[in-house]
Amino acid sequence: MKRFVYINDDSYQDVYRDNRISNTKYTLLNFLPKNLWEQFGRFMNQYFLLIACLQLWSLITPVNPASTWGPLIFIFAVSATKEAWDDYNRYVSDRQANCKDVWVVKNGVRRNIQAQDIRVGNIVWLRENEEVPCDLVVIGTSDPQGICNVETTALDGETDLKTRVVPPTCAGLDSEQLCKIKGVIECPNPDKDIRRFDANMRLFPPFIDNDTCPLSINNTLLQSCYLRNTEWACGVAVYTGNETKLGMSRGIPEPKLTAVDAIIDKLTGAIFLFQISVVVVLGFAGNIWKDTESRKQWYIAYADEDPWYEFMIIPLRFELLCSIMIPISIKVSLDFVKSLYAKFIDWDEEMFDQETNTPSHAANTAISEDLGQVEYILTDKTGTLTENKMIFRRCCINGIFYGNESGDALKDTQLLNAVTSNESSVIRFLLIMTLCNTVVPVESQTGGITYKSQSQDEDALVNAAACLHMVLVSKKGSIVGINFNGQRMLYEILDILEFTSDRKRMSVVVKDCQTGGILLLTKGADETIFPCSYRGQQIRVYVDVVEQYAQLGLRTLCLGWRELREDEYLKWSKLFKEASSSLIDREWKVADVCQRLERDLEILGITAIEDRLQSGVPKTIETLRRSGINFWMLTGDKQSTAIQIALLCNFICSEPKGQLLHINGNTEDEVGRSLERVLLTMKITSSEPKDLAFVVDGWALEIILTHYKEAFTELAVVSRTAICCRVTPSQKAQLVQLLKSCDYRTLAIGDGGNDVRMIQQADIGVGISGREGLQAARAADYSIGKFRFLKRLILVHGRYSYNRTSFLSQYSFYKSLLICFIQILFSFLSGIAGTSLFNSVSLMAYNVFYTSIPVLTSVLDKDLSEKTVMQNPQILIYCQAGRLLNPSTFAGWFGRSLYHALVVFLITIHAYANEKSEMEELSMVALSGAIWLQAFVVTLEMNSFTFVQVLAIWGNFLAFYAINFIISSIPSAGMYTIMFRLSRDPAYWITMLLITGVGMGPILALKYFRYTYHPSAINILQKAERSRGPIYTLANLESQLRPMEKDATQLAINSPQTWNPVYEPLLSDSPSATRRSSLPSAFDIFHSAQSRLSSSHPRNIKDN
Amino acid sequence: MNHSNSSAAATASGSADAANLRRNSRRPKYSKFTQQELPACKPILTPKWVISVFTIVGVIFIPIGVASLLASRDVVEVVDRYDSACLPANVSHKDDKVAYITDRDTDKSCTRTVKITKDMNQPIYVYYQLDNFYQNHRRYVKSRNDQQLRDKNEANETSNCDPEKTTADGKPIVPCGLIAWSLFNDTYSFSRDGKNITVNRKHISWKSDRDHKFGSDVYPKNFQNGTLIGGGKLDSNLPLSEQEDLIVWMRTAALPTFRKLWGKIEVDLKENDTITINLENNYNTYSFSGKKKLVLSTASWLGGKNDFLGLAYLSIGGFCFVLALLFTLLYLIKPRKLGDPSYLSWNRNPAGQ
Repeated sequence: MKRFVYINDDSYQDVYRDNRISNTKYTLLNFLPKNLWEQFGRFMNQYFLLIACLQLWSLITPVNPASTWGPLIFIFAVSATKEAWDDYNRYVSDRQANCKDVWVVKNGVRRNIQAQDIRVGNIVWLRENEEVPCDLVVIGTSDPQGICNVETTALDGETDLKTRVVPPTCAGLDSEQLCKIKGVIECPNPDKDIRRFDANMRLFPPFIDNDTCPLSINNTLLQSCYLRNTEWACGVAVYTGNETKLGMSRGIPEPKLTAVDAIIDKLTGAIFLFQISVVVVLGFAGNIWKDTESRKQWYIAYADEDPWYEFMIIPLRFELLCSIMIPISIKVSLDFVKSLYAKFIDWDEEMFDQETNTPSHAANTAISEDLGQVEYILTDKTGTLTENKMIFRRCCINGIFYGNESGDALKDTQLLNAVTSNESSVIRFLLIMTLCNTVVPVESQTGGITYKSQSQDEDALVNAAACLHMVLVSKKGSIVGINFNGQRMLYEILDILEFTSDRKRMSVVVKDCQTGGILLLTKGADETIFPCSYRGQQIRVYVDVVEQYAQLGLRTLCLGWRELREDEYLKWSKLFKEASSSLIDREWKVADVCQRLERDLEILGITAIEDRLQSGVPKTIETLRRSGINFWMLTGDKQSTAIQIALLCNFICSEPKGQLLHINGNTEDEVGRSLERVLLTMKITSSEPKDLAFVVDGWALEIILTHYKEAFTELAVVSRTAICCRVTPSQKAQLVQLLKSCDYRTLAIGDGGNDVRMIQQADIGVGISGREGLQAARAADYSIGKFRFLKRLILVHGRYSYNRTSFLSQYSFYKSLLICFIQILFSFLSGIAGTSLFNSVSLMAYNVFYTSIPVLTSVLDKDLSEKTVMQNPQILIYCQAGRLLNPSTFAGWFGRSLYHALVVFLITIHAYANEKSEMEELSMVALSGAIWLQAFVVTLEMNSFTFVQVLAIWGNFLAFYAINFIISSIPSAGMYTIMFRLSRDPAYWITMLLITGVGMGPILALKYFRYTYHPSAINILQKAERSRGPIYTLANLESQLRPMEKDATQLAINSPQTWNPVYEPLLSDSPSATRRSSLPSAFDIFHSAQSRLSSSHPRNIKDN
Repeated sequence: MNHSNSSAAATASGSADAANLRRNSRRPKYSKFTQQELPACKPILTPKWVISVFTIVGVIFIPIGVASLLASRDVVEVVDRYDSACLPANVSHKDDKVAYITDRDTDKSCTRTVKITKDMNQPIYVYYQLDNFYQNHRRYVKSRNDQQLRDKNEANETSNCDPEKTTADGKPIVPCGLIAWSLFNDTYSFSRDGKNITVNRKHISWKSDRDHKFGSDVYPKNFQNGTLIGGGKLDSNLPLSEQEDLIVWMRTAALPTFRKLWGKIEVDLKENDTITINLENNYNTYSFSGKKKLVLSTASWLGGKNDFLGLAYLSIGGFCFVLALLFTLLYLIKPRKLGDPSYLSWNRNPAGQ
């Protein structure tokens, strides 16, 4: 599918849409239906709607329908308002863009129109620093060479200026001519690939000829870019409106669901089933009771003839009565706290990077809990672990090492001497460093030269060459000026054989303007250059050099060159042109053609560039590994460099503490055997306290992922550390996918465009806003300035978020179940007819105000201080293994709500029996009892109290009375005078005290017992932290080691675990028991290797 | 070496740029709240704290329990069940009982005598108690219309009153609904040694109900005129606000066993006094085997006779003392060092991780 764009011809303009940008999701008309439809896509909302509709049937509703409709409408209104506000903002920004004035040539006349009226085929005129309104093909600029510079930050996040050129056919046209130009551009239909534009252009006579001219992305100005350093530029609109590259690549990313959300959903489902069974049982019992008992009770006056639906009435009443089991407030509460977690990340001063002036940012506000449950971190190397500040350190030219002694080749006198003595191989080496790149020299006003480049390596090479007196001075069109030792040299760049991640090398074909000779200059990764060397070249020495440099953690590039014969070049040049103007498979064809030229190279030498580790990386990795997180390093760099960096940053240990296993091979069989061997070694040695890691390179990985996926999955499960080198972006994403398929929570962290896919694929994507641009940071859920902030992000923010959400969600269920159980218990005393004990106002207020507000302050709760967590990162296991929110902790809360419902109900009906058993009073007594318990439960479960919490808990408590006093003074209300009567009655206060005592006493006792005699690690640290102050380190802890296990297990057996309403079953305190038994750690000494093999699926163990 | 130069320059000119930097800094604003550093109190469950909580609870609960129990014991209560005793001797089968009670022409008066077991000081409350009577049944409890009771202009407002909304010819019933329709209608009169004891039947209902819930200008209309006769009738010349039996009855009970105030005796009764009760046994509880009782009771500050609170307080107080003791013993026998890090699993197995 192609589109044909007729330049400057209005007769075709209606074929394609105008340039009106619209990012809005709704229009004024469809907002309500569309928004409601979306909201009702969720199960919870459907459920609430069903309940609310059932309540409209007054025969079955136990309470006023308003008690459900009120909160429901409120919740819907909140979500809808939020959506509407977002959409309105989008509309406003769209309108701003649409109404901007632009200069456009229509019918040969330049006119000022609004941006939204641009049509495909119009010629758009831009001035310096203007934003590009739609996708254009450049046809003219103020620059005589036909070059213009654009800033593409908004498009791809890269901050460097990019050069765009006028296609050759249009070169040299002046603005008069440009207004009259006619022609056709043949281009593909709109897509979202911002790196590719495979099109052709043909101008109509009288302009030049009707030769087709290939167009690439270098000839385009894409929407949202800014024109820089160029006085004016004009271009033909090819894609407009939402069909631009930017518009097409925009999209709402799939919402990520956290593990906690998944569990909450499951629990909700379970509660729903429980509710249905309660309804069925009670409905059945109610119908039986009705037929046997109620019919005798003349005052109830059942009619003799029943309507056909009579049998459904009592079950439906119970359904409505029990509908509060699923708390309607939980969604709102969770949304609220989650956005606060995200804000805390944004606000965190300690995660502010002073150097680059970037604060941390949580772009995705919904997944903070997942940070606390991370099990695998997949990290990029360059720019993530390292600073991505490239410095040229050493080189080897023609077998001679420079910079080995001083560590800095630029200060190596031997090299400086060689340069001054015009040693030919050295000169050529420097020439490649200077010419074989896409660096743009920019002369500043003061006369100094700065370089703009897209690659840090190229920047380092050009700068290094400049220090060695080979200065890149100018690039004017294809003519490059070089100043060498004060002597001016000119080269004409004939072709650029671009770098791609597949080719892993780039070349330029240059013509020496002095001699006229044509040269091919190549630089690239060693493994792609060595095979291209001429027969007979001694590459042995260079292989050793690369090895040696990589050992030092340096990045190497191999430089080579070849002289081309004129006829050879011309022949090839034709092929190249053909390939570059093909519309189909252009990249592949170009690569193929390039391959034909890049052969028989003479290898000149190796450059070695240093990329320093970021500060705090080893410490961060060590801490996170201690917290039980597994690290995988996925890098595009070569194996030895990767291993070296891994050693430097505590990623792996050197022998004898650690062992590195290599998976390699070139064929399917070799790789398979190698993989099996590694797997076996892993299993055998897993009982030893040894850090094992495996290394695999991109080639072997490709084979493994296609043929040995199962074995590799097994390996991935048993291995805590892995290094994958030479991997492509898509392999990175595949690895993430593989770990995710084993049900691991993965976090991917990276900084560059090649990490974007991995970041989007992982459960949590973290981007480092680094030097490679903001691309990764934009795609990520969290962006941080430095790798070391990851520690705080996970251990502090992730952990707190998980703990807080666990409490909040379970508490929400607890309080809903409590009130529901009271209703159910009451139904046994009211003829199983579905009478509600509580009135509508109380029920609604209970859910929306009384119980929701205090617990929201759990966003400030901290079980342990940040310092303690940092010192004892192992504590993260409680979050990773989901020990604070799982079916068994939930069972504890469930039991507690049942117990509390019994306490409230039984005490109320006994204290308020006989002459006191008035309905409104009794209902208020029960409600107050529930509120009293709530206040104490929240107090007991909260770990730290700031004034906010104290205010919320006890302020809410007082507000409960205030609200009820107010309602009690309205004569028309059903509750008129009730609260006044009760508060004057000493029996009321005595009853409240009794309910609190009976309800909280056993819970406090059990909690204390567990806390003291069967404590979790969190409890121990809490005590340690608070009794001794936070000043103690792990070092002095370890000195106190002594075997306490026997003691602990005895108590564990004695403690009553099955009926305890606060029981939070921690299967065992040893991390391996809840993690995976196949984890190679010292805990496994007691297991036989056999049992470890049989339980290869770890999640089963974890979910228990 | 562009990079190293520029960074060196940046550090050198750092102080000069400082002001500029501060202005442009995106550093988050510091506050204790945003850094999650609000001063917080972090109590933990130390043995000292927990044991003292339980002791204090015990110390508070036991006196309250004693006081409640004494209050309850001070109350004198005389209960007389009369539903079966007030049937003629020949009525024993359930159907006969129902036939007897629903026959409007039979004389259903009945005489009972009760002995006062202890001195009773006035006021002595007269309650009737019904058992197995579900005033809280879903069909029953909703079958009323408060607007109609309050406002004479709303007589036609009979929603919720099913099935006692209107008479057969469609006239609205005031007061409508099952609750009013099933009004309790047994009557009692008391005498001691042949002398009548006056029972004050005024102000037995809540004042707020008389003033605000039941209109002083709303009169019963079409009440108990249907074929189906429920409970008692109302004097159609008295406004609802003065029909106190109805007002009391309409305060529905939440439990199937309940007492409702019928009147107050404003003289003291002495121990061993014999009270003769002449009652009219009109109300049908036989069809559902409900009991009817007459209760004479004094009241304490805590209400009527109810040992529950006292006993519960005493047992909970005692339980707390036991727990406090138990924890103290445990603490002494098996002392645990607070927050001993050696309990941490990863410290027990230093090689792990």
